[in-house]
Amino acid sequence: MDATSGGGAYGPIPRKEDARFIRGQGTFVDDICLPGMLYGAVLRSPLAHARIVSVDAAAAAAHPKVMAVLTGEDLAERALAWMPTLSGDVQAVLATDKVRFQGQEVAFVVATDRYAARDALELIAVDYEPLPPLIDARTALDPGAPLVRDDLPGQNGNKVFDWAAGDREATDAAFSAADVVVSCDMVYPRSHPAPLETCGIVADMNPVSGKLTLWVTSQAPHAHRTLYAMVTGVPEHKIRIVSPDLGGGFGAKVPLYPGYLCAIVGSMVTGRPVKWMEDRSENLMSTAFARDYHMHGEIAATADGKILGLRARVLADHGAFNATAQPTRFPAGFFHIFTGSYDVPAAFCEVTGVFTNKAPGGVAYSCSFRVTEAVYLVERLTDMLARQLAIDPAELRMRNLLKPEQFPYTCATGWQYDSGDYPRALRLALDIAGYAELRREQAQRRARGEYMGIGLSFFTEGVGAGPRSQMDILGLAMADGADLRVHPTGKAVLGISVQTQGQGHETTFAQIVAHELGLSPDDVEVVHGDTDRTPFGLGTYGSRSTPVSGAAAVVAARKVRERARLVAAAMLEVAADDLEWLDGKWRVRGDPDQARGIAEIAMAAHSTLDLPDGVEAHLDASAVYTPPNLTYPFGAYICVTDVDPGTGEVKVRRFIAVDDCGVRINPMIVEGQVHRGIADGIGIALMQAIVFDESGNCLGGSFMDYLLPTSMECPSPELGATVTPSPHHPIGAKGIGESATVGSPAAVVNSVVDALAPFGVVHADMPLTPAAVWRAIQGRPIRPDLALS
Amino acid sequence: MKLTLTVNGTEYARTIEPRLLLIHFLRDELGLTGSHWGCDTSNCGACVVWLDETPVKSCTVLAAMTDGRRVTTVEGLARNGVLDPVQEGFSACHGLQCGFCTPGMMMTARWLLDRNPNPTAAEVREAISGQICRCTGYENIVRSVLWAAGNDGNDGNEGNDGNDGSDDDGRD
Ligand code: FES
Ligand code: FES
Repeated sequence: MDATSGGGAYGPIPRKEDARFIRGQGTFVDDICLPGMLYGAVLRSPLAHARIVSVDAAAAAAHPKVMAVLTGEDLAERALAWMPTLSGDVQAVLATDKVRFQGQEVAFVVATDRYAARDALELIAVDYEPLPPLIDARTALDPGAPLVRDDLPGQNGNKVFDWAAGDREATDAAFSAADVVVSCDMVYPRSHPAPLETCGIVADMNPVSGKLTLWVTSQAPHAHRTLYAMVTGVPEHKIRIVSPDLGGGFGAKVPLYPGYLCAIVGSMVTGRPVKWMEDRSENLMSTAFARDYHMHGEIAATADGKILGLRARVLADHGAFNATAQPTRFPAGFFHIFTGSYDVPAAFCEVTGVFTNKAPGGVAYSCSFRVTEAVYLVERLTDMLARQLAIDPAELRMRNLLKPEQFPYTCATGWQYDSGDYPRALRLALDIAGYAELRREQAQRRARGEYMGIGLSFFTEGVGAGPRSQMDILGLAMADGADLRVHPTGKAVLGISVQTQGQGHETTFAQIVAHELGLSPDDVEVVHGDTDRTPFGLGTYGSRSTPVSGAAAVVAARKVRERARLVAAAMLEVAADDLEWLDGKWRVRGDPDQARGIAEIAMAAHSTLDLPDGVEAHLDASAVYTPPNLTYPFGAYICVTDVDPGTGEVKVRRFIAVDDCGVRINPMIVEGQVHRGIADGIGIALMQAIVFDESGNCLGGSFMDYLLPTSMECPSPELGATVTPSPHHPIGAKGIGESATVGSPAAVVNSVVDALAPFGVVHADMPLTPAAVWRAIQGRPIRPDLALS
Repeated sequence: MKLTLTVNGTEYARTIEPRLLLIHFLRDELGLTGSHWGCDTSNCGACVVWLDETPVKSCTVLAAMTDGRRVTTVEGLARNGVLDPVQEGFSACHGLQCGFCTPGMMMTARWLLDRNPNPTAAEVREAISGQICRCTGYENIVRSVLWAAGNDGNDGNEGNDGNDGSDDDGRD
């Protein structure tokens, strides 16, 4: 651990934020109730693709409880019918020309209560002229395919982008020289993060002060403030965004949604605050979906299992608008980290993004900007290679994992991994699992006709975006701030630019500062989610809070500590150089009892004590942290399943997860994050998928159809940890928020496919529902319905 | 229509629309925002409260159906300022992250422990199986409830006095 820090404040302490939540006193957006507040509701398209002939809102406007109705035409008059997306495209706020997916926003009603707003939606008559929908992404580029984006000048097909990374020739050469090549088509289906709290807003435009206050479900309040200023024309200093307690986010609360804009205009039009909360169907059908990658992967190796090359061709379904939330210059996110955790000399990937008549999105759900798709691809291929070569999958991985001495390691597509000891993590996972014994048990069960699977995955993520020279969102570089004030009594308030959705920032960040300053975490109050009270920064997604804003907090605390040194020197009448920071105090070298702690120093700084020239009379500091590189958390996961071949039912018996996220500030919180990600992996691998029928009807629009894992499907995880500090992060932390969501689906699928090996199954697409497993057993592993995912 | 009911020991009389859901009555009319709404289809359990002594999904109960009855919400879990062991357990065992499912989970947990003071982990899992948590993967919720079982009755939690030592199914 960092020798210069005070120490002592890290550890599994209970969370500060729990006090309000266990009393039912959290403040979520829907809990906000302002005097005179009105309620909004969105009218949505029942069709996936149709021209709007007319919208007649007269009857709705005449409803006695309705205060305003907005249509696309009304917004067009304010130049607000379209808004920019986070990927440089535009998205309709309320449709004016066509509807392009089922659930698209068509009109907005503002009424005096929730129910009346819903009633009035029924009174709006929209005349649609249906158009043939484009639902199967694989036909998007066919000649004659329906054109989704006829609004874009010069757009004459459905392609969003072509993008490639790696060295094509070197990779082709590696494949030519290989003893064995294994390839597979696999679908990473469309899913939805489905945080338990849906998206919503209370918009309050004060007509007198001109101040627009938004209480909104936002993972990135500062970036959103800038966007709202650009979109609405309200000057940025007149916009305050409060993202109060968020009931989960997982990436779904990064984009701007049309409903937010509608509520803002609703408040401008009525002069009263307007609340809009989407319902669950609206959430699942219109807000950020995740994944939807159709992948063709190939792996080349020697006969003894040394991986020589990787190739991937991806068709990415981006839906009707390109609204992925990711660093702007990375249209496929960080997918090209797809060589994973292995020493792969050559790799090349191509990604083509296409428009379809489905909801926009793609980057959400704790994916680390598409690293989860990349991990899934390479981990499935590695398992298939092991099967082909009849090498145990653990052994094959061990032969190819990067070795500790190879770090820092630059992979074939250019990412520079900061640190790692991969074999140690895999060995630990194998030990916890009792791997050899599990394989013996599996053999015995197979002999009895029982189908038990053991699946491994090893993942490496790149998180904490990003170096500001390379990573931005719409021109805003991905840096984050921290603003630390130490009061005269030594109690501190830390303002941060990132926004917790349950990750426990109020506790972890207090621990970070306390650790640096020799304080108790109880002495540090963390303020977040209010743009009027916190410094600018890009927010929480891509596991960036600890790597970026956490680093900013450390830097600010160390600035405080350095000023405190000068004040302590004045107090003790010694030279600053004679002081050393030890056990949370500045101490005189050679006479450690002569010491001053931060609380005493803070009071002295604010007192009449004579301070040296140039030393400001306070202990406040701020910092903006721009990471020099991503951090690279990694881990080894093992999933044990039992499959009933009669019903196709999969039971997850055990899940072993060894994570290395560098230095752990609060191990209890870290483990909680891993628990969540394992549940995500089980859900994604076994049950969650947003699918559509040929007409573009969303078949996953409620929790009746979009199945989420419950306490009955999730096992009691068995966790292990290794700690390889990041060499470039000020406290060596790497980030953990998405690790298990990224790494676990491959372990589950590898386990099920392993269980089905006696049937000759080498691959089956997620989600491995009983029906899908049963089909795989019947020799029909391809899920025709997923073509439409 | 007129509605009179008791919520967390306090009697309320209100005039309501017959179609008003209990969850909206509690949240919007009474300002008891601890109970949450998370789905349209009675799947998530973020809205669980007790109707008399039974946990119900309050998004699936009309406020009108509670006339003359007692409703207990998360705000009524602590008694006289003393936290219920279930509440303490959730904090002690990191049984919550975003906290959105937590009130519903705790109401079900209290109901379980009143009937089964020493549940197994499997029994806890079954009890909360009609509720969704997107953050914890359930493991720490299970640990929280087991922690509460181990600490029930240690801190004068008055709400349970009538049930201590009783492990049969249900009261009337
Ligand atoms: S709100 Fe989901 S079950 Fe009641
Ligand atoms: S703690 Fe977030 S849904 Fe359970």
